Amino acid sequence: MLTQTDSHVTTDFREVLQPSPFQARINEQCLVQDWMSWNGYKTARVFDTLASEYFAVRSTCSVMDLTPMEKYRITGPDAQIFLNRLVTRDISTLKPQRVTYVIWCNDEGKVLDDGTIFHLSEGDYRLCSQHHQLDWLLISSLGFDVNIEQETHAIAALAIQGPTSCAVLTAAGIDGVDQLRPFDIGYRTLNGIDVMVSRTGFTGDLGYEVWADPDHALAVWDAIFLVKEQGLFDIRPIGLGALDMVRIEAGFIMPGDDFNTAETAVRADRDRSPYELGLAWLVNFKKPYFTGKKALLAESKKPTVRRLVRLSVEGNKSPTDAFLYDAKGGSRIGTIKSCVWSPILKMNVSLADVEFVKGKLPEQIWAEIYYQKELEWRATWAKCDVSAKPFWIHPRSSLTPPNRF
Amino acid sequence: MTKSNSVVIIGGGHNGLICATYLAKAGHQVQLLEARDKVGGGASTSSFADGYSTSGLAHILYGLNAKVCKDLKLNIGDSASIQPVDTISLQLDGDHVTLGRDDVSAKSLSSKDLEAYRAFKKEFRGYAKALQPLMMNTPPRLKDMDKKDKLTLAKLGWSLRFGLGTDSMREFLRVGGINIYDVLNEVFDSPALKGAISVDAILGQHMGPRTPNTVLTYLQRLWGETQASQSIPIGGMGKVSAMLERAAVDAGVAIRTGVKVAKIIVENGRSQGVILQSGERVEANIVVSNADAKTTFIDLVGAPQLDAMFCHRVNSVRQHGDVAKLHFALTELPTFSGLSLQQLSQRLIIAPDMRYVEHAFNHSKYGEFSDNPVLEMTIPSVGDSSLAPAGHHVMSVSATFAPYHLKEGWQQQSRDTFVQRVTEVIERYAPEFSSSVTATELLTPVDIEDQYNITGGHWHHGELSIDQSFMMRPVHGSAQYQTPIDGLYLCGASAHPGGGITGVPGHNAAQRILAMGDI
Repeated sequence: MLTQTDSHVTTDFREVLQPSPFQARINEQCLVQDWMSWNGYKTARVFDTLASEYFAVRSTCSVMDLTPMEKYRITGPDAQIFLNRLVTRDISTLKPQRVTYVIWCNDEGKVLDDGTIFHLSEGDYRLCSQHHQLDWLLISSLGFDVNIEQETHAIAALAIQGPTSCAVLTAAGIDGVDQLRPFDIGYRTLNGIDVMVSRTGFTGDLGYEVWADPDHALAVWDAIFLVKEQGLFDIRPIGLGALDMVRIEAGFIMPGDDFNTAETAVRADRDRSPYELGLAWLVNFKKPYFTGKKALLAESKKPTVRRLVRLSVEGNKSPTDAFLYDAKGGSRIGTIKSCVWSPILKMNVSLADVEFVKGKLPEQIWAEIYYQKELEWRATWAKCDVSAKPFWIHPRSSLTPPNRF
Repeated sequence: MTKSNSVVIIGGGHNGLICATYLAKAGHQVQLLEARDKVGGGASTSSFADGYSTSGLAHILYGLNAKVCKDLKLNIGDSASIQPVDTISLQLDGDHVTLGRDDVSAKSLSSKDLEAYRAFKKEFRGYAKALQPLMMNTPPRLKDMDKKDKLTLAKLGWSLRFGLGTDSMREFLRVGGINIYDVLNEVFDSPALKGAISVDAILGQHMGPRTPNTVLTYLQRLWGETQASQSIPIGGMGKVSAMLERAAVDAGVAIRTGVKVAKIIVENGRSQGVILQSGERVEANIVVSNADAKTTFIDLVGAPQLDAMFCHRVNSVRQHGDVAKLHFALTELPTFSGLSLQQLSQRLIIAPDMRYVEHAFNHSKYGEFSDNPVLEMTIPSVGDSSLAPAGHHVMSVSATFAPYHLKEGWQQQSRDTFVQRVTEVIERYAPEFSSSVTATELLTPVDIEDQYNITGGHWHHGELSIDQSFMMRPVHGSAQYQTPIDGLYLCGASAHPGGGITGVPGHNAAQRILAMGDI
């Protein structure tokens, strides 16, 4: 059965982008009016300056509206086996009140999207995804006794991320946040409002996500920012611009930016398998059958053709959209997909699609960078290094309980 | 646990029997499991009233494959086993049109139409023959072709280009994808003649004469004419199955009836055998399903063992039957105005013109049965006294259109109304017909689904449309008789080239399995 909860869909045809339940506060705080669409919601790219928002994540505490993220509630007797057939990872071991990162593929073993599965309580799951997935979920539900409800508009969510995030939530009045381990879910109250707190995020840093009924959205927002007014902590709302910076540092991929999702790829070689995205660790052949397993089994026996890698690029010139070569002036072997100058690491970090040579990474990778100096274009070569680990995953992100501030 | 059988065949329809026989002849241990109490599936003879019996589902044989008959030594051509029949299209004015293999006759037909018929049949039989390499082989894949695929395509290309010749090939490519309505209007003048021919293009399909694709369905029907003449089996279609059963048993096939398969066992992507409804486990290296694709994949294998989009494709196969079967027990031979006793034994159709047929189809598009259904009737008891008490007769009617998804559902009242409609249509040609009826049986597509275990009650286990044919039959991802599950094959009408009592899917599946060499 399909139901869609549209409590926040505006009926005004002039309102092209729909407002989030936090919109009243976001409108007040977004000084530069730099808006963009995220899944049809009016979302801030930047509130005041990108740098201050970036450092809120890395040095203090940031608040971001997560509501536009696609959310689906999966219930029913077959909820678990349905999800296990959907994703490449074995989620039969996912305990209630735990979260896991997943990807799912089409029949050809090409990635459709990534997301997280929240095991809210026994047999009750929430799937969060980057892109709209309702049609794929419905197609996948054939033969399963499962109920799928899109609840994107029915849940208000905030990401509270940064070294002081635990302290801020505690000061705001949520008890026991410090007891949550990474990927834990806790049911708490905030000034009498029921909230769900999960220790999850997209920043590679200490952080939480707070989930509530949209009717209580402003009260939750206000309770958090009251902590700032009390002068205890700096807390800043951040937009998608700062999020993009920190997620590249943390090595998190963005479907649609770093690779074409299988549903949107038109040309035959533009879709990507988990292996080609460096996500082989998410593929479990020991679990029961899942969509794409047969194709992935076959692919796993063949040499690697290409892979999305974390690439640091020498120098301070931005390698945006740069081509990659196997030597200075050599053969072209790939492109930079996402990149950022990391203010905290003082280096260019990127995610890049690189062709392999006989199943192996090329020995050298060079980026040809075009850059401007006072409207004059110049070109330069920069040596690149593949990083086995994310550029930034801070130890505090997994420490339980987190340090006190 | 030991594997007691190397091959298990699910379903003892004629294709299952034929596939089993080929595999047993090749030296394999074959066990055939049939859910009903007898083998034959849609090719059966059934008793529908005390003392009256007739062909249960299929009632006209129009293309049991010649190679299959030869390979299996089926002695089916003689007059003791079959009665060849022409088609007689009934007309209200009594000037009935008799359509033979090459010639047509009716008083009203112009000499132009008489000649055109001969030329038309020759030309179109040529097209049907040109498809022979495709029919009798595994349909070639278009991606990742192996040598055999390339050879089949080359043979097809050769037979189209050189078998037909330039002009015929050009004409074939022109008409191949269009509708029979336009083609027949180009060729003939007589509405009666056009109506009669159009029936062969639409019967068994959810299509009217104006539906694109109906030239292809006509060619598939006509292909049968290249194999054997249209006939009625003496003793009903069950006689054909009995012969196939004997051939299977002689070849060493172990047949079990009354056993319904509940599940196909799949471990690590490979079929291991089946579990029966009784709970009994039957292990086998190879499982071959004569059931339709939906039953095989969605019910027996189960979605959890398969890719999501594959299941979606299987579930989306257009497979809703549109033909009802009616059986009438008659106290006397009905009198059709203008038909002799000999003519009563032929294949009689009611489709006075193409508009009539198209209008009949219109209802089905909207979930209604036809106000004026198209009928295909046989009175097999004329030439076969074993089917009814002495002096009595049976009439077997395929009536279209009677959609699987009837808007109001096949309630008793709808059933009665439909039988009434059919009876009224017959009475336009045989006015006293209803007074001789002592018992009636109606099988709607829903009944056919229930009684014959065919999803949707569709004759062909899925529409014979271009997008569900050849290398896309039943769906891409399971063409070539193979399936995503290693060791599991399809051998029924769901597979290329589709339905009808042809035996070709069974034959081709067996060849494929033997060529795979994993027994």
